[in-house]
Amino acid sequence: MALFEFWILLTACLAAATCALTGSFLVLRKQAMLGDAISHAILPGIAIAFLLTASRNTFPMLIGAGAFGLLTVYATEKLQEKGRLKSDSSMGVIFTTLFAIGVIIVTAFASQVDLDQECILYGEIAYVPWDIWFFNGINMGPRPVWILGFVCAINLAFVVSCYKELKIYAFDRQLAVSLGLPVIFIHYGLMSSVLFSTIASFESVGAILVVALIVVPPATAYMLTQKLSLMLAGSVIIGVVSAISGYYLAVATNSSIAGAIAVMTGIFFFLAVFLSPSEGVLIRKWRARAGEKEPGETPESLKTGSLSV
Amino acid sequence: MQKHESVTTIPPVEVHDLTVSYQNKPVLWDIDFTLPGASLTAVVGPNGAGKSTLIKAIMGLVEPVSGYSLIYGKPLEQMRKKIAYVPQRESVDWNFPINVFDVVLMGRYAHLKLFRRPGKGDREIAEDALRKVGMLEYRNRQIAQLSGGQQQRVFLARALAQQAEIYFMDEPFAGVDASTEEHILKLLRELRATGKTVIVVHHDLQTVSDYFDQVMLLNLRLVAFGDMKTTFTAENLQKAYGGRLNILSQVIELSRKAEFVREEGHE
Repeated sequence: MALFEFWILLTACLAAATCALTGSFLVLRKQAMLGDAISHAILPGIAIAFLLTASRNTFPMLIGAGAFGLLTVYATEKLQEKGRLKSDSSMGVIFTTLFAIGVIIVTAFASQVDLDQECILYGEIAYVPWDIWFFNGINMGPRPVWILGFVCAINLAFVVSCYKELKIYAFDRQLAVSLGLPVIFIHYGLMSSVLFSTIASFESVGAILVVALIVVPPATAYMLTQKLSLMLAGSVIIGVVSAISGYYLAVATNSSIAGAIAVMTGIFFFLAVFLSPSEGVLIRKWRARAGEKEPGETPESLKTGSLSV
Repeated sequence: MQKHESVTTIPPVEVHDLTVSYQNKPVLWDIDFTLPGASLTAVVGPNGAGKSTLIKAIMGLVEPVSGYSLIYGKPLEQMRKKIAYVPQRESVDWNFPINVFDVVLMGRYAHLKLFRRPGKGDREIAEDALRKVGMLEYRNRQIAQLSGGQQQRVFLARALAQQAEIYFMDEPFAGVDASTEEHILKLLRELRATGKTVIVVHHDLQTVSDYFDQVMLLNLRLVAFGDMKTTFTAENLQKAYGGRLNILSQVIELSRKAEFVREEGHE
């Protein structure tokens, strides 16, 4: 394996793991589309930072993106509380408006901005090996690997240290409040984790793949297991396997790496739908034909299986 | 006389001038009451009367516009461990990847420090709670595979595991099977016998007087609150349910008569 290949694969795997950890909780809280909203709504922040600094400096871009990401989360919640809109509609209103503002900025200042729609949608993971971070003149390797590695480590630390709080918050927020758990801290911790995972991954893999990595591997793991810890581990593994197989699919077909990775997450999801040992379509058919039900399994649970996700 | 008593013993729940509104529409208006200890209280009223909201406001789950509530004379934040809440079954996603035992163990989290995991003692308490609701053999079952009544019992076990002094329950009898109803009823009486205070939102007017010893009639305002015998009257029901009561009181009358006839028939 050539070195540049190694860096691309490592970037993709780190992005997959980062997004899977935080995405699992979004999927469980039925807020999966928050990743979508954030990945689009941060565009004006990136564009403004770009215009102001006239460079591809990571730090101002992170601040700009972070500010608009927080604005999205906050405005969505407020709109839901004060207005009569449901969360999906208020999210849709906020992120499309912000994204459109970003598009206007990018196109209006296109002559000064070296930033195009393609890079926003598909990312530029193929160029990662040449985006080197020099520290005191020493070649430290690709910059995105460091950023993603850092965010991934923070996510992992957050999930491991606050596991029981996150679990109860995701399952029953009212109980978490009534038990006196630090719900505000957990909520904004999770939102920041989504925000930084999205921003860190966005640059390398683009808006579409960020959404795919946040939603699809956790949804796949959800189909395969009924234990939260296994779902978390499973979504990371599925994300990483999708990233690796997607890369080689892209090489074999000479196509977009980000696109191929997203396709692989989709393929794994549909495999899980059919082959899941507990909820899969095949096992249900087989069970129905054999005329046997799992002992004690109620007909209700068969009807409301996870297929309705 | 009663007032004299309440001076010496601190009441478990006090609510004063409580008003709650959603989007500028009041759902609870100037609610004021003091609950006696070791009692079973039913909260009764028509749909949209603010029954669930009352519980949520006392639990701090909704922000009141004005007024306050006290738990054993202190603000809620200091007394969280003293209260347990059984929400409506529909309030959570039963497809969540978790098993029965882990849900019940969540009841112990108020007693754990941040970042700590439940220990052996917590597990024993959770097992005990499951045994009390007759669900111990389901401990490893996925919650998605439970019937409605079993889900309700898991929620009750979780509240028991909190080892609280005051229990708020939001429609625990709604849509459960006869066996679960028996279990819940037995449990309510055990709780009262051990000096706990239980407040239950209840929808079935026919069973109110059999199951509870205090009743609170609610319809935006507090219509009446007190002992079952003196408070659960046609007049108060009329006030709480308004025009709809005619039918309702007839239902109650009929059900009482029906019981009479049945008893007479047996003799």
